[in-house]
Amino acid sequence: MPQRENAEQRRVDRTDEVDEVEAPQSAEAAPSELDADVDAILDEIDSVLEENAEDFVKSFVQKGGQ
Amino acid sequence: MTVRRVMGIETEYGISVPGFPNLNPMVTSSQVVNAYGQYVLHGPRHRTNWDYELENPLRDARGFDMSRADADPTQLTDDDLGMANVILTNGARLYVDHAHPELSTPEVTNPRDAVLWDRAGMEIMRTAIRLAADIPETHPIVLYKNNTDNKGASYGCHENYLMKRSTPFADIVRHLTPFFITRQVFTGAGRLGRGQDGRALAFQLSQRADFFEVEVGLETTLKRPIINTRDEPHADPERFRRLHVIVGDANLSDTATFLKIGTTAIMLSMIEEGALRGREWTPARPVAEMHAVSHDDTLRHRLRLADDRELTALEVQWELYEQARDFCTRSDHAEPDVQTDEVLDLWEEVLTALGRDPVELADRLDWVAKRELMAGFVRRDGIAWDSPRLQLIDLQYADIRPEKGLASRLEARGRLRRMFTDDEVACAVDRAPEDTRAYFRGECIRRYPESVAAASWDSVVFDVPGRESLLRVPTLEPVRGTRAHVGALLDSAPDAATLIDRLIPDGSR
Repeated sequence: MPQRENAEQRRVDRTDEVDEVEAPQSAEAAPSELDADVDAILDEIDSVLEENAEDFVKSFVQKGGQ
Repeated sequence: MTVRRVMGIETEYGISVPGFPNLNPMVTSSQVVNAYGQYVLHGPRHRTNWDYELENPLRDARGFDMSRADADPTQLTDDDLGMANVILTNGARLYVDHAHPELSTPEVTNPRDAVLWDRAGMEIMRTAIRLAADIPETHPIVLYKNNTDNKGASYGCHENYLMKRSTPFADIVRHLTPFFITRQVFTGAGRLGRGQDGRALAFQLSQRADFFEVEVGLETTLKRPIINTRDEPHADPERFRRLHVIVGDANLSDTATFLKIGTTAIMLSMIEEGALRGREWTPARPVAEMHAVSHDDTLRHRLRLADDRELTALEVQWELYEQARDFCTRSDHAEPDVQTDEVLDLWEEVLTALGRDPVELADRLDWVAKRELMAGFVRRDGIAWDSPRLQLIDLQYADIRPEKGLASRLEARGRLRRMFTDDEVACAVDRAPEDTRAYFRGECIRRYPESVAAASWDSVVFDVPGRESLLRVPTLEPVRGTRAHVGALLDSAPDAATLIDRLIPDGSR
């Protein structure tokens, strides 16, 4: 996982010991009662996700706004 | 105390043409706006111009004006570059701001209506990109209701609240700063990326947080401040200021928008009435805490306050909530209305659930819904948190197309709650709120499209046959021009000439 951050980011993180780059807490959480439906949702999301995720994300470049 | 006041939301949408990354976004944004303008107003002739007469984007709430020579060109929002701009029958403004299509909702008087007309705005953008797809020799345009490309650029979702001029600006700064930093626990739209360029791929609560670099300031496009001092009230400046809030994320979840607007309105009510005087939650280092709160999705980070207390964001929110609840109970001069109670109850419910397990709010808060989708793929497919697929989920969550947007898909499955039906949203696409001047503006454009030459928040300019010059009807009072105020007058005027005769009997001919 890329961990390089810009200078300002490092400054912020030094003041904040608990704030290290790590997986969100729920990633390893116990399955909830909603999980029966979760596979169906993930399948649907999979079916609508754009092709070639890496290129698609790379090509989303915006000009700054307000 | 009440959540009711004149308010509105402006949203800049991310824009891209998949497969054609080098197209000029100003051109594609104009295509979106013009396609809608021509469709809704039946032809380019009737496009209503923006009346810039009263715009003053360099007026600072602290009481001085920035000189135009000192301003960054991006701050000169009154400089009409011939950019596409339409005023709609629902009183909204659809236009190109910088390199993004933007929709400013009509003025509303309460948080529910803010959510409804914000939803209507997204519906308008959906129609606009469908119409733009029919322009020959163009490629389909996709819009995203998000705030960053994760490569260094950010664009805003701004809230506007009309406030009493008499409220000291220092009080606003003192009490809104800690509120804005900590409200991220429910307003965040979620982001997979840290730092402005998103180089570190870790989850955080907010799309916007990392783009804030100073505590107070006038800028909105660079050195973004937590408290923005733009002071352009679009109303009587002796009596009102417009608080221009730029820290918020663009939310897809109705609940998140409702709570964002509702709790902020409650804070403003308490500040105006001096209810928080003598209390202090200001962090010792506000900008660093803005980032730190967003970066900690465990919600355990402790902010160090200027008075040396160390509280979590949730604890600060609980203290502000208790102040609001107490103030509401003991204020005998203002009766709380149903919506104020609704906001207070939801605020309590959401803070309680966040303290127990945020996952309970996956059907109401964007950052939780988004993180749960990502976590689902991590669990099921064993992919890493920096995988391109999760980055795509971060982006596509905000795709506004109903068939492709992940928030829309969650809504369709009942996994993300909605506050309004499709019919209610369709009605708000067409009609303005009836209880602000947006009613007069929107109805004039709906009823007399050929006779409205220009309009803005504080004017409607008529071009009426038989009169030599354009006639400018000022609408400087946001709560006049309501249906109660002008409904009968409009109903009695079959055309704009009659309306003008009745509005300005002695008007110059």
